[in-house]
Amino acid sequence: MVKIIYVEHNGARHEVNVPEGENLMEGAVQNNVPGIDGDCGGNAACATCHCYIPEQWAGLTGERSELEDSMIELADTAKPNSRLACQIKASAALDGLEVLMPATQH
Amino acid sequence: MATQLKDTRQTQTLPQGSVTWPLPPRERPDVVGADKATLEAYLATAPLEEVDIADPLWWETDTNHVYFRRLREEAPVFFTSVNSNRHRGFWNVVRWNDVMAVDTNHQVFSSEAMLGGITLFDMDPDFIMPMFIAMDQPKHDVQRKAVNPIVSGQNLANYEELIRSRTCEVLDSLPRGEAFDWVDKVSIELTSRMLATLFGWPQERRRMLTYWSDVSTSDPELPGSPGKEERQGILLGMLQEFTMLWNERVNAEPTGDLVSMLAHNPATRNMPPMEFMGNLVLLIVGGNDTTRNSITGGLYFLNKNPEEYAKLKANHGLVENMVSEIIRYQTPLAHMRRTALQDTVLGGQLIHKGDKVVMWYTSANRDDTVLDNPDAFIIDRPRARQHMSFGFGIHRCVGNRLAELQLKILWEEILKRFDTIEVLEEPERVPSAFVRGYKSMMVRIPA
Repeated sequence: MVKIIYVEHNGARHEVNVPEGENLMEGAVQNNVPGIDGDCGGNAACATCHCYIPEQWAGLTGERSELEDSMIELADTAKPNSRLACQIKASAALDGLEVLMPATQH
Repeated sequence: MATQLKDTRQTQTLPQGSVTWPLPPRERPDVVGADKATLEAYLATAPLEEVDIADPLWWETDTNHVYFRRLREEAPVFFTSVNSNRHRGFWNVVRWNDVMAVDTNHQVFSSEAMLGGITLFDMDPDFIMPMFIAMDQPKHDVQRKAVNPIVSGQNLANYEELIRSRTCEVLDSLPRGEAFDWVDKVSIELTSRMLATLFGWPQERRRMLTYWSDVSTSDPELPGSPGKEERQGILLGMLQEFTMLWNERVNAEPTGDLVSMLAHNPATRNMPPMEFMGNLVLLIVGGNDTTRNSITGGLYFLNKNPEEYAKLKANHGLVENMVSEIIRYQTPLAHMRRTALQDTVLGGQLIHKGDKVVMWYTSANRDDTVLDNPDAFIIDRPRARQHMSFGFGIHRCVGNRLAELQLKILWEEILKRFDTIEVLEEPERVPSAFVRGYKSMMVRIPA
């Protein structure tokens, strides 16, 4: 299990254990973390699991794919450290990761 | 199943180039005019290649689902040749995963208006209306972003109170103990008021927006619909009226409505008139037909499923989940279409460059390999948000959150007021393979 801390826009923190290999959208949805919807089921195709990854973790969470990049670009809350949680898989290296959420998912 | 590469097209029947207007008569089976059971029995047994599912017949009678179930099982990527002298032939993509594959592959599957656009029937080549839903990257992205702020989280929060007060007003004005048309008095009324607000359009003339929406998506061949030239004239009239609003707002301070947003954004400020018209049509149809038909559909489904209605009355907290289920079950836009930019393989079928590829959202939403018991309307369905009705990928519905908000507020307010609303007879449906909706639905609220 990998400890992931989902932080809502209002600061509310949700610390959950995500099985290794599971994506971080599923990790949130399975644990009823509010603010992550995952409408497309993990295909980087809806941007309803949009989140921000703190800089110190960026190297460990991989790169955006072309589709992920396109979807993020269309969200009006996009930032340089935006990612789609469904495209990041839980791994031992991410233990303790803080996933920050925008005010709303679009 | 359909794993070997097999070209199912009957290429000898494919006409070259575009179809000519007026369209040749439609080839139809001899069951036209028969009752619903007969039509369903026909679709259940007819050779797959004999059926043109684009025929309004299958939509007006709500029988198309029989054919899609067969395609999902027997031929999930299937080429329709019958009546290709009317529509050039098209690929049917009917399974969830295949629809997702097309919708998320915008490099191969184009939405470009000049290639025909995003509906099964090509955009009228004499009247091409560029609009961002029918554009590819990069132009799509900048134009879409120009209107995105109108449905931002903050803006929706600002609209909430207005939507609620209007919803209350409309519901409180409904007659008790007598039959009335839910489509006209509620579905159209609420969506037209919202649209007028979004455009900064005069409320007293809001039904013009409904009219233009209906004209945009109407089938010029159907009796009672404006013909091709008449349709062009009506839409040019719309352009003229909106151009006056544009001129008022382009040099004024931004007013936060869609016309002002388009007039002020560098990406859309210099649009040619036809492109302005195209984007108006997109935003009007997008904000009108879809929500309107989900408003009607929701009430219809609850009447068809009294145990679900009872569940809802016992637990108003189910409204939000139910809204997603209504949108799935209704699938207000039955399909979106793409054009292949290169030869490609999908579901074991070879798709040629230039082919029309139709993603049947209405079928993907009933795919039982992805969804449990998809033919049932279940208001507390787990993960109800996972449906295909908004599309996926870069063209995903931009107004989805607003639509959900409108439906949520409507049902919250209905539950506060009425113990029940009875649907009195089967609704009259729109004869269209694109807009899956209702012309009218007679209901009664007990006195």
